[in-house]
Amino acid sequence: MTLETTLLVAAALFCVGLFGALTQQSVVMLMMGLELMLGGVILGAAGVWRHLSPTADGQVLIVLAVTVMAVEMAVGFAVVTALFRTREADMTDMAAELRE
Amino acid sequence: MFGDVVFWVLSAVAVAAGVMVFRFDSMARATYALLLSLLCVGGLVVRLGLDYLGVVIVLMMTVEMALMAVFMVMYMMNPAGLMPMSMLHNTKGAAVVCGGLFVLLAAGIVLAPWPHRRGRPGDDATRALGESLMGPHMLTMMTLGLALFATIVATVVLATRRGRYDRFGDALRAPRADDPARGGVGR
Repeated sequence: MTLETTLLVAAALFCVGLFGALTQQSVVMLMMGLELMLGGVILGAAGVWRHLSPTADGQVLIVLAVTVMAVEMAVGFAVVTALFRTREADMTDMAAELRE
Repeated sequence: MFGDVVFWVLSAVAVAAGVMVFRFDSMARATYALLLSLLCVGGLVVRLGLDYLGVVIVLMMTVEMALMAVFMVMYMMNPAGLMPMSMLHNTKGAAVVCGGLFVLLAAGIVLAPWPHRRGRPGDDATRALGESLMGPHMLTMMTLGLALFATIVATVVLATRRGRYDRFGDALRAPRADDPARGGVGR
């Protein structure tokens, strides 16, 4: 369990999540990809905290990432709800333009 | 030795479950796969010595995935995956981008001259985090609190079908609410 192995796992999670976010047409599945990417960020930050700089600053960065996860999920679903109400759109391709 | 085995098992399950999220036809299975992947991330964070944050991640992800399952059923046209269908676009381009990014990140991780660790993890990382958030990082904590409050307001505004601006106009000056059905006693 070294810094390199931890960061490699984090990078793998980030890239898998990015693949999902780029390929999925469903907005909900796209958000799942974003969650995976943030999971990779959290793991990377925890690895850097452990192996490079075990101060409280690194933990605060993880708290920030966890908060971003919660905000992304809440606002994402609210936007999906608003989109569905106005245009019955639940796919990214259906919401490609901002104007109605 | 045991710790390394736990680390590798959690890492392998986290990545494999992450891949399976986008392979399952059933949305319920995809949600559980994502939950499993993020639970493993929480376990890895605990394994790295951040017990409190790891448990927070585990608890938060469990609730978050339960909510996500509800939204899956609400919005997906085929939530059970009984009729397998492809809902992907630009697969090859995304595979190239993500594969290239992973190679780039892996090369940087392996080849970078990482500095030596400064200091040692304290005996009580949770206490250190609490003292930091209530001390030098108080502004960060307050900003996060405000951001979460703004999120609550924004989600309610976005998700509400008819708010007060719809009922009383942009200036909130309409003498009577513009409702589809008149309310009150004796309507």
